[in-house]
Amino acid sequence: MTVPRHFDKDIEELNHLLLRMGAMVEDAMARSIRALLERDTVLANEVIARDDEIDRMEIVIDQKTIELIAKMQPTANDLRFVATIMKITPELERIADLAQDVCERAIELNREPMLKPVSDLPRLAHDAQAMVRDALDAFVRGDAALARKVIAQDDNVDALTESSFRNLLTYMLEDARNISSAIRLTFIGKYFERMADGATNICEMVVYLVEGKMIKHTALAAADE
Amino acid sequence: MITLVLEPEPKAATSQAATSMNDDTKISVRDFDFFYGAAKVLHGISLDIPARKVTALIGPSGCGKSTFIRSINRMNDIIPEARASGTIAIDGRDVYRGDTDVVELRRRVGMVFQKSNPFPKSIYDNVAYGLRIGGMRNKRQLDDIIERSLTRAALWHEVKDRLQASALALSGGQQQRLCIARALAVDPEILLMDEPASALDPIATSKIEELIYELKDNYTIVIVTHNMQQAARVSDRTAFFMLGRVVEYAETNAIFMNPKEKMTEDYVTGRFG
Repeated sequence: MTVPRHFDKDIEELNHLLLRMGAMVEDAMARSIRALLERDTVLANEVIARDDEIDRMEIVIDQKTIELIAKMQPTANDLRFVATIMKITPELERIADLAQDVCERAIELNREPMLKPVSDLPRLAHDAQAMVRDALDAFVRGDAALARKVIAQDDNVDALTESSFRNLLTYMLEDARNISSAIRLTFIGKYFERMADGATNICEMVVYLVEGKMIKHTALAAADE
Repeated sequence: MITLVLEPEPKAATSQAATSMNDDTKISVRDFDFFYGAAKVLHGISLDIPARKVTALIGPSGCGKSTFIRSINRMNDIIPEARASGTIAIDGRDVYRGDTDVVELRRRVGMVFQKSNPFPKSIYDNVAYGLRIGGMRNKRQLDDIIERSLTRAALWHEVKDRLQASALALSGGQQQRLCIARALAVDPEILLMDEPASALDPIATSKIEELIYELKDNYTIVIVTHNMQQAARVSDRTAFFMLGRVVEYAETNAIFMNPKEKMTEDYVTGRFG
């Protein structure tokens, strides 16, 4: 027979805070993609301005987590939950920082003439966005299978980053006046790739949360054991 | 009067709880049942307790962990109407065999209880008690062993200048360490500890825990504790008992980070009611 614990309320509150932070990060990422693709400087500035809120959220979650460890000394699934929150929060904060970086580059790009469309980059952005969304869904649902699916998509995003870079390189070789914009777009490609890495790290923690297995730094094959 | 149901040959493990984790097994328990009269309080306990490690027994009150620990050195023999079946083998020899010398068994398997129980004698005489019963009379030899035992129990420096003072004048934590020194004096191989720190304040508790950590280099230690954080801190392996059965027995890390059984998880996270 299980009994209700006041600790469950703390866990619930922490969960709620993380989901709020997750929603803010998803929103920042979506807006950064729109600001980039629609060349919207106002929107880009909004994303940059809201980053402080996400940073504050990170501090609130950190304090709450440390408090729980000190007072409740969590074990078993409680311990894995608290550890997961501690590892996921900085990943989310970093993804938000990268969205901010995308916006900064977007603003710089808007000051320059538009480069020819780079088809791989929007795909890369949307794939990375889907990975972050699915990573958060996997966390909410405690879905290790979905988490593993997200991890498997990381290679695809890496390949897109590489092909987008090659594409941009041809523009640079074609015309030296493209270099400035193309370099900024190369950076942006890298930012999205790193957001996808963040989603992968979150998913590794979801597998740990659900199964107690550390799959970090191991091949997927080992993770499937 | 105790009636023992003796098993001539140790039986092979049948319970899933029988776990050997590739260590030297000191105590091997197989299909061990225990009854108080008609009431069966332990059901088919099977587990291998490793040498020179700390094994913690946890579980709610009445789950059988104290009965089990007292079965290892046959302390339950003194309870009328108690009987046991199955085997508890130390170094491969069943302690419930008819020809077991129970006094010698209890010398090899020392015990420390929840409430410290020093004799109303001097500190020195408390530690010397078991040795004198064993026939030791040589003062110098006694002195040496008493110093060594008190040192091992991390008490020597606190009492060396007042060995003739009454043991009852010591603090609760010191009395408990004195009882550990008394158990160590007769050179046991196994130390059973039944909630050794539950009556102590946090400082005395932490001294006992440090001591347990030190002692495991030389002794096989089995500890019953209600304090789960204590089990997590001091033990290498943990067995979770519930209603007289071993629900899960594993490395302590696994029990506290990723237990396999839902019941264990509910217990260690305090969801259990």
